[in-house]
This record gives sequence, C-alpha cells and structure tokens, in this order.
Amino acid sequence: MTGSPGGGPAGAPPAAPERPEELYEDAPCGLLSVRPDGTVVAVNRTFLRWTGHERDAVVDRCFRELLAAGDRIFYETHYAPLLLMQDEVREIAVTMVCPRGRLPVLLNSVLVRDPHGTPRSVRIAVFLALDRRSYETELLRARQRAEESEARARVLARTLQDSLLPPALPSVPGLDLGAVYRPAGRGDEVGGDFYDVFSTAPGAWVVVIGDVVGKGVAAATLTSLVRYTLRAVAMRVRPPRTVLAALNDALLQQRAERVCTVALARIRLAEGGPARVTVCLGGHPRPLVVRRHGDPVPFGRFGTVLGALPSPTLYEATTTLDPGDALLLHTDGVVEGRQDGVFFGERRLAELAGSLRDRDAATFADEVAGAAVEHQRGTPDDDIAVVVVRHRE
Amino acid sequence: MMFAHGFGCDQNMWRLVAPAFAGTHRIVLFDHVGAGHSDTAAYDFGKYASLDGYVDDVLDICAELDLTDVVFVGHSVSAMVGVLAAVRAPDRFGALVLVGPSPRYIDDEGYSGGFSRADIDDLLASLENNYLGWSSAMAPAIMGNPERPELGEELTNSFCRTDPAIARQFAEVTFLSDNRADLAQVHVPALVLQCSDDLIAPEQVGRYVHRHLTGSTLRLLQARGHCPNLSAPAETIAAIEDFVAGGAAAAR
Repeated sequence: MTGSPGGGPAGAPPAAPERPEELYEDAPCGLLSVRPDGTVVAVNRTFLRWTGHERDAVVDRCFRELLAAGDRIFYETHYAPLLLMQDEVREIAVTMVCPRGRLPVLLNSVLVRDPHGTPRSVRIAVFLALDRRSYETELLRARQRAEESEARARVLARTLQDSLLPPALPSVPGLDLGAVYRPAGRGDEVGGDFYDVFSTAPGAWVVVIGDVVGKGVAAATLTSLVRYTLRAVAMRVRPPRTVLAALNDALLQQRAERVCTVALARIRLAEGGPARVTVCLGGHPRPLVVRRHGDPVPFGRFGTVLGALPSPTLYEATTTLDPGDALLLHTDGVVEGRQDGVFFGERRLAELAGSLRDRDAATFADEVAGAAVEHQRGTPDDDIAVVVVRHRE
Repeated sequence: MMFAHGFGCDQNMWRLVAPAFAGTHRIVLFDHVGAGHSDTAAYDFGKYASLDGYVDDVLDICAELDLTDVVFVGHSVSAMVGVLAAVRAPDRFGALVLVGPSPRYIDDEGYSGGFSRADIDDLLASLENNYLGWSSAMAPAIMGNPERPELGEELTNSFCRTDPAIARQFAEVTFLSDNRADLAQVHVPALVLQCSDDLIAPEQVGRYVHRHLTGSTLRLLQARGHCPNLSAPAETIAAIEDFVAGGAAAAR
C-alpha cells in the first residue's frame, strides 16, 4: 500500500484508514488464539486493556484458568464439548477473573481444523457484558419475584377455595355422606363449584351442590354469597323452592351479573323408616337416585338458572330413600368432560353409579370424580364436584 | 454396549466413539430424561432428586430391551450411574467403562475431589447466566416432539439445551453426590479412563476410583480435558477395545 496515512495524491485509490494489525490489536472486542488443548497462543491489546492482565500472564496459560470457578466447570461440561461438536460456540456468558476484579463477558469461539479435520486452533472473541449482565440479573430477580408471588397466589386461591367448602362433612346419624371437589386444570385457580351439608332442625338436613359461572376471585365472592345465603335462608324457610327463590332475589339484588345453578335436597329422617327427600333444581343437572336394585335414575325436574330472571320457574320433587338407597349429586363438570370430543355423559355416569352402589359414600364419590378426571386424561377443563348421600342400613 | 452421557450435553457426546463398536456390539444410545431430545414432560423433580432416578432408567432400558452382559460406558456423572446400576443389578452387566468418573466432587476430610461447595454454587450461577438456546416459547416445539428433532437443529448450542430448572437440579445432583461407599460393592470388571489435566475429574480422583473398585483397570489417556470421547476419540476407542478384548474377559 502506498501513500501517506490520511490520503494520497489526487487520482490514487484512497488509502485504508487503518492497517489489519491495528484492527486486530485494538478491535472493539478481545481476541485470543488458543491451542486445541486450551493453551493461549496470542491475545490482542483490547483483551489486555479490559482485563488488566499482562501479556505474559495470559500467553502460554490455559484459557480456562482465566475464568471464575463455576465457569471453569461450565467450560468443561458445556463449552468444550459444544465446540468440538459444532466447531462454533456463540454467546456463552462467563465471568473472567482478572487483576481489576470480575469481568462479565460473552464468548464467541470458532474451532479451526486442518485439512484432515484435526483441530488446529480455537479463535475466541470476547465481548464485555457489564450492562447486559446487570440487566439479566434484574430479569432473573424479576422472575424469582414472579415465582414467589405466583406461589403466594396459589396459597391464596387454595385458602379461598377451602373457605367455600365445608372443612369436613358432618357426621349424621342414619346417613352416610361422601363428597369430592376437584378444581379444573392443574388446580391452581379458584373454581366456581361448591357443595354444603348442614342441619336445619333435629332430623332435618339440607344437602346442596352448585356451580357459579366463571372462575377466579369474582366467581369465588359470589360462591361465598350463595353458600351463606342458602345457609341463612334454609334455617328460616323449609320448602326448597322457596329457599332457591330467595337466593335468586339475593343474587339479583347483588347485581352480580353472574348466574349460578344449584341443586338443593332437603332430607327428613324418621327412625326406622325411609328418609324423605325433596329436591329442587335451579338450572342444575338432575341428581341420580341409586337404589339397591334396578338402574340408577335421574330425579327431579329442571328449573331456571338462578340470578338471571326475577321470577324463576322452580319445581319440587319428593321421593323416599330406603336403607341402602343413595342420592348422587354432581356438577356439569362430571358429565360434560370430554375425551376426543366424546362426553363422559349421563349414561356412563348412571352405569358407573350402578356399579358403585354397594360402596361406602366416600369411596362412591371418589370413584365418580376419579372416573370423570380420568376421562379427561387427568386435567379436567371444568371443576368437578360430587356429593353422595346414602341412607344408612 | 450402552453409552450414557454425562452432565451438560446429550448422546451426541458419543458420536465419534459409538460407531466403532457397531460391528461387534449391539449399541444402545439414549438421552437422560431432561437432556437432549428426551420428553421433558417425563422429568419428575422427585424422581431425579438423586442419581437413583437415573439408575432406575438405565435398569428400565436393560429390562425393556432384555439386555444382559452389557458393557456400560458412562461419561462423567453417568460413570457413577453405571456403578450404582451394577451394584443393584450385577447380572445385567458384563463390564463397566468409566470415562472421567468421580465418586465425589467436593473435597472432604482425607479426600480431594477438586471442588469446594462455593465452586458448585458458582457453577449454579453460571448455569443461570447460560440458558444456551433455551426459550420457553421454543421448548415445547423441540422437547415435545422427540420424533421431529429437526425442529431444534437450527438453534445454536442445541446439544446442550436444557430446561434451566432441570439443568440446575441435574447440576446439584451431580456435583453434590457422594458415592464413595458404593465403589466397594461393585463386582463387575471395570475400566477407569483418566484424562490428563481433567478439571472435573482430576487424576487423584481417578486413582481413588481405581483403588476402591476391586480388580479394576486404570488407563491414563494422553487426551486433555474432560471429554476424551470428543477430543481424542481414537485413543478412547483403542482403550475400550483393549479392555473389552482382553481386560474385561481376563477379570471375569
């Protein structure tokens, strides 16, 4: 190359602004040549300037030794094998230990092979990553915080959910009770299904199961309202239809803009005789009566969902449960669960209920919920609630 | 002959070594659950909280393929997986080839493993900084389609791609394990392949393994570093061949 630096005579091609050696030595990245065994052969000025190392402290040393302890392990378990497999490794984040302290950098490396394919040398480019690393540290912290708050939210959801269900079923002389609640999906969100069992007078019990539309906190607050309204009203008025009508009024007053379905069964026990059961359905699937003999049959007459209309149409139906007979109440999550488009369905439920008629109520409810979950391959789309009431023999 | 990769990458670690034995042995290659193209959905943080989970898998593979007289070639932490498997089911195994084994990485009284607890914590931080091509958006496409490995090939560093949470647990299980007491229980002929200048499994550790494995053969390799299977495949193959042809048979 001719001409003085900065420009030549007019007509001559412009001189290169810098020599390749200058670009190598003062490149905006550190550059190292390393033998396949890791020994440093050459290093540029930028690397020495950034790290504060003397040239003698780098050349003839093993590159790995310039790294922090953990990164040396990472170098052996990830970087070295990757380089040999891919002939190139990019964006490896490591910390260099140097006289000026610890220096976060990114490494890009290329493995150069001779014509026979034998590794000849490794070229390493080193980029400073101070700002990037502090930003990533922030991201990691943010992720940790997010994980913590997610864990807290799960606990909160669990607690809220627990408050919507009786902590334990009451022990009722003459009745065998079983109940299961299985939240939708992985179970980390509050669902809208609930059930309750309580006594209104000696020998008189109310069993209720329901489903508030939606999920999450908004649905949960309404579920809470439904559960406690039912408890309060059912203590004062007897007929299930009147109780559900009162609940409907309360929901409309609340302007919740959310509807719910409820099945309410009032059970009266008489010593030595059958139990009388009166059922009222506010838009809820019909319960099954599972007698000691014969096929289980749906029982009750559909009524309007609650919280939608000022004057819902509600019906009562009464039957008796002889000793050994059972009533199976469930939410739509049981029958509407799908596998490859096929519903679990009422017929499957009835067949299953028939096969479980001799089991105790807790096992009965468990088996029904388990089969519904299994039908959806373990992760149900909707909440599932099941209550079994059997007249004890 | 069953090849088990160690902490860091996947079965590609054996691509320069395994083919050399295809003429004489039935070759079994696999990715540990959580690594390579395994189905990450099968990763269970309870099961893989100790090396026993990996040992279960090795024995499951042996049972599924009805393998006996297996030459188990284990690299790094998988050398110890092989040791534990041979202790539990000695009838399955004909020989063990331990490449860069270490029964305990952290120094202990009267024992030099080469690392301190602080070094391992530093490694865990290093892993946090290196997700190596891992992206939660890509992960399901790659990991959920083991039958379509090409999905992930365009990513760099793909051989070492792992879910960060899995990588962290595997690192903890690997580097915090202590299997020194298990060595004496092995009654299968074993070859210890020891590299020079191996930071992960230094020579004194290889000698320790050889001393405590009754009847084992120690072979010092010229290869430097921790991955002779990649950096010096010819030397590694020759050492295994010698052992399989003579050493292992004589020891039995």
